[in-house]
Amino acid sequence: MKKFILDLIVKENEHINEDYFVLKLTSNDKLPHMLPGQFVEIKVENSPTTFLRRPISVNFYDKELNELWLLIQIVGNGTRKLSKVQVGDTLNLILPLGNTFSIPGDKNSRLLLVGGGVGFAPMLFLGAYLNDLGYRCDFLLGGRSEANMVQLNEFKRYGEVYTTTEDGSMGEKGYVTQHSLLQKKQFDMIYTCGPTPMMQAVASYAHKRNIACEVSLENMMACGFGTCLCCVTDTVDGNLCVCTEGPVFNITKLKWQI
Amino acid sequence: MADLKVKLGKLQLKNPVMTASGTFGYGTEYSDFFDISRIGCIVVKGITLRNREGNAYPRMAETPSGMLNAVGLQNRGIDHFIKHIYPEIKNVNTNIFVNVNGSTVEEYIEVAEKVNDLDKIPGIELNISCPNVKEGGMAFGVSCPAAATVVREVRKVYSKELMVKLSPNVTSITEIARVVEGEGADSISLINTLLGMAIDAESRKPMLSTITGGLSGPAIKPVALRMVWQVAQEVKIPIVGMGGIMNARDAIEFFLAGASAVQIGTANFIDPTVSMKVLEGIEDYLNRHKFNSIYDIIGTMTI
Repeated sequence: MKKFILDLIVKENEHINEDYFVLKLTSNDKLPHMLPGQFVEIKVENSPTTFLRRPISVNFYDKELNELWLLIQIVGNGTRKLSKVQVGDTLNLILPLGNTFSIPGDKNSRLLLVGGGVGFAPMLFLGAYLNDLGYRCDFLLGGRSEANMVQLNEFKRYGEVYTTTEDGSMGEKGYVTQHSLLQKKQFDMIYTCGPTPMMQAVASYAHKRNIACEVSLENMMACGFGTCLCCVTDTVDGNLCVCTEGPVFNITKLKWQI
Repeated sequence: MADLKVKLGKLQLKNPVMTASGTFGYGTEYSDFFDISRIGCIVVKGITLRNREGNAYPRMAETPSGMLNAVGLQNRGIDHFIKHIYPEIKNVNTNIFVNVNGSTVEEYIEVAEKVNDLDKIPGIELNISCPNVKEGGMAFGVSCPAAATVVREVRKVYSKELMVKLSPNVTSITEIARVVEGEGADSISLINTLLGMAIDAESRKPMLSTITGGLSGPAIKPVALRMVWQVAQEVKIPIVGMGGIMNARDAIEFFLAGASAVQIGTANFIDPTVSMKVLEGIEDYLNRHKFNSIYDIIGTMTI
């Protein structure tokens, strides 16, 4: 897909809580087409300690409204600066970057989308996308506590939502892989994005039951389009760039000990 | 309109803006963003004799006004380049240099020989300054006898433009530059990255898998300018300056210090079109100051 460098307009900056916010961006021109799993590289202005762009997953893309959503967790100076943008401000983005998830041929496939922390971001877009294509999906979302459980109302539009929190403040207590849903229901395909230990646990669950599984990695990167070679992950085909060969990988390609 | 053409040895560049090895892929990665044939010369990602997987992740750490990298020359080897990449880029209407690396002198020679046969590659950048490989690389660029040997031997087999990329991790940059010139280099490019490191205080672990890595970005510009200026006093061959150039003003400073051309590196990651902005900015500067040619400003810092 052709990549663009665009100045997009902030339409909304919705602060969910003190850690998470959603930027809704638009443009006077038609936004480029985006697929679930893809990401953008966003330039952070006037943040002296932020040198590189920040790679952010596409949270939602609304073709009709010409809107791009980015769900962002405040983790450092760069994301803190981004959290302060005002409606009407412009942000410079490189997009769309990376690959997408694979979609099974059978519309009756039982699909599970597992998100953890800010890894919820691509799962919403993927769920919406699958829904549009006529697939049904279940969402299994986990976080440390209730504060991490964001966008649940949006998720509910596209499927059943199951939740876990480590402290038990919402849903079942524990990790996503401990949720009772996994005992009750069979799945044909699992997609996941979240902290690496969580994705590895999900991958291990899938691998042991012979369920196809794709994970979306978020390695640190400098460029986002395959030239710095910093974001590699070790695969059966050698070191591959997460930004161009990923961020979505089938677990059979990764050298995870699962 | 000021004349932007510069000469590196016998080779003429349409303008003095180059892109630095390891920051511009093979060029085509940037063709969505602009017409890459407008660049004076593209230096492709470093190439070795055989496939190299590079270092383990993590390979990158953001630092104040810059970044550390420890890629470790990941590439598929010269034969893969010749078979799969060269056909894709050989018709790009500008100069393309191959950045040549080796663990031994023999490997440098073998890669240079193979590149010598490629019609559309008018020059090489001999990289004796990579800080991220265990064998070879920077080891050749921090010792005068080793630098002399590798340049002398490659010169014997390589007949086109031979640019040698120097390491800043030396006591005397001028000594190495003189040696490299003496052994027949047509031009010198500098600086490669500065050896550095970063530690995550919370985990008490290094940020890079290799512990140390190469620092680039505006953080190193003053060091780079100083070295370009010092080398310019010592050698007659053209100098290609690089290190933290983010805009045309930075580039102008390198010309004033004595560089005949500049390479844009890390800035490409942040703004993929930066090389064109630098090019346009240089042209503006020359016109504004009523200079007829880029040569009117090279090495003209007044003390």
